Amino acid sequence: MDFFLEVLIGGLLAGVMYSMVAIGFVLIFKASGVFNFAQGSMVLFAALTFVSLLERGFAFWSAFAATLASMLVLAWAIERGVLRHLVNRPPITLFMATLGVSFIIEGLAQLLWGAQVHGLDLGIKDEPLELGGVLLSSFDLFAAGTAAALVLALSLLFSRTRIGLSLRAVADDPLAALAVGVRLQRIWGVVWAVAGFVSLIAGLLWGARLGVQFSLSLVVLKALPVLIIGGFSSIGGAIVGGLIVGASEKLAEVYIGPLIGDGLENWFPYVLALLFLLVRPAGLFGERAIERV
Amino acid sequence: MFLSETGQFSTRYADDRRVFRLRQARLGIVALLAFAYLAVPLWASDYWLSAILIPFLVLSLAGLGLNLLTGYAGQLSLGTAAFMAVGAFAAYNFQLRVEGLPFLASFLLGGLVAAAAGVVFGLPSLRIKGFYLIVSTLAAQFLVEWALTKFGWFSNFNPSGVITAPPLSVLGVDLSSPAGRYLLTLAVVTVLFVVAVRIVRSDLGRSWMAVRDMDTAAAVIGIPVARTKLLAFAIGAFYCGVAGSLWAFAYLGTVEPHGFDLNRSFQVLFIVIIGGLGSILGNFLGAAFIVLLPLLLSNLGGSLLSGVIAPGDTENLQKILFGVLIILFLIREPEGLASLWRGLRARARVWPLRD
Repeated sequence: MDFFLEVLIGGLLAGVMYSMVAIGFVLIFKASGVFNFAQGSMVLFAALTFVSLLERGFAFWSAFAATLASMLVLAWAIERGVLRHLVNRPPITLFMATLGVSFIIEGLAQLLWGAQVHGLDLGIKDEPLELGGVLLSSFDLFAAGTAAALVLALSLLFSRTRIGLSLRAVADDPLAALAVGVRLQRIWGVVWAVAGFVSLIAGLLWGARLGVQFSLSLVVLKALPVLIIGGFSSIGGAIVGGLIVGASEKLAEVYIGPLIGDGLENWFPYVLALLFLLVRPAGLFGERAIERV
Repeated sequence: MFLSETGQFSTRYADDRRVFRLRQARLGIVALLAFAYLAVPLWASDYWLSAILIPFLVLSLAGLGLNLLTGYAGQLSLGTAAFMAVGAFAAYNFQLRVEGLPFLASFLLGGLVAAAAGVVFGLPSLRIKGFYLIVSTLAAQFLVEWALTKFGWFSNFNPSGVITAPPLSVLGVDLSSPAGRYLLTLAVVTVLFVVAVRIVRSDLGRSWMAVRDMDTAAAVIGIPVARTKLLAFAIGAFYCGVAGSLWAFAYLGTVEPHGFDLNRSFQVLFIVIIGGLGSILGNFLGAAFIVLLPLLLSNLGGSLLSGVIAPGDTENLQKILFGVLIILFLIREPEGLASLWRGLRARARVWPLRD
């Protein structure tokens, strides 16, 4: 039983990391209806920039600030160069445009900083911690704490600030928001910038765990099933989805893996997400689409 | 030459429905086919045949498969490479395990197995659409790649999961030379393209387009949406499956499951975007673009820019350039190269006047 609990909690904590990437998705999807495949490359770009600055002798916080600034520039460039020209296009077109964006960001990141693997040490010791007879990783606990703080900050931003109010207005009804004078393009810029910030945090945590390298951009593939399970437009859903995916993935690895062969963590979340879809096509927390002809 | 279409009247509906309505177009296609079947194998070098023309044809075919599914029926798929892999490995196993099975029959059977896989992973499309459907096709992508690597049976217990092409011969004619493999590929591609043109212009093709434009409305006017979508998955996957067999046996010779990874799916998707969604000709244009651009870039990078750019960076630059091109195409010419070609032809038709 203890073993089961350990696997379960380890999985839940790993799921928090998936949620971090998924939250960036949800922010952008809510505000602009764009399914942003480039989220993973943004995570890679942020982590790679940060590590490279650290290696060039920057202090932690100045590197953090510089990376954040570069993420803001990136967000601005994406809004200016891509989104602005694709207003009112079908969502599929926008999705494919973000595929192009992810190619550009990945190429750029590796052109600027090289393709070698960097280690990233955030100064958090990854020691096993015993809580009530269950062994936990302290790094995972730290990640979970960061995620909680991030979600808190985001929900404050959404509910307490003027910007947040306009963000919610745009998410609710872009046309009505435009009519009352919300500047749509500025909102998009802000949303992409916030998503850039989220991907910076996610990049640091993932980078510290896996090393900063190209495969970091593949976390986007882990975040997709999380989104499906949680629904595309709910931050709470992204968290819950991440927890479900993380936990079930680890449980499947331990309990089903021996039966049919290992390495199933690549596809298991997708099959799980498919099963969810068959029962709840809009995810756990997503809005049900109503169609008119 | 464009003026001489005057006087070619359609006096029957059958005339109007022809794929190539104009005499010039018919002559042109005959000339093109004659060139491709007779002149190219005679004069093209082995390098051109096996490194450029064969992958170009195979990728056009894979693009066509995805285009039928995404461009005509509107079901977005990121699992193209999975269907190609299913086709290739199924064809390999049929060839291996069924004694005396003709080579082309195993291609056909491989395609049918891929079609079955397409239907299975297309089933969720009855409940979900759009982005949610990406997940289903991605599930196909990862599941197939994993299963083919994991279970040795698929690759006849080859330690690294590699499958090797059986000897290529049709009706006793040996086709293992570059020209032979080119002709084999060309023949398969020609037949399948002709079939696709007919499908797209049939009532099935029209139903696909109706479902793509709005499936609720299509259901209201009496189109069986479920059947139409599943047929799109089946036929699209069949084309991808045959393309996968050709990719494995006519182009590469040996292939491992990771040769059909997510990047291959993206490559085919880019062919379709750049060539033109919902266009038959676009698949050729897009595939030519995708095959030739990297060659052009590496040649340019090798000669003009040598010393300026480190050799390792060409790949990154290429990636950036692809990204920029995709975005440019989506912004400027969402219907791709095929639409550019149409516009060009329409202008040439009335030249020197303007329309």
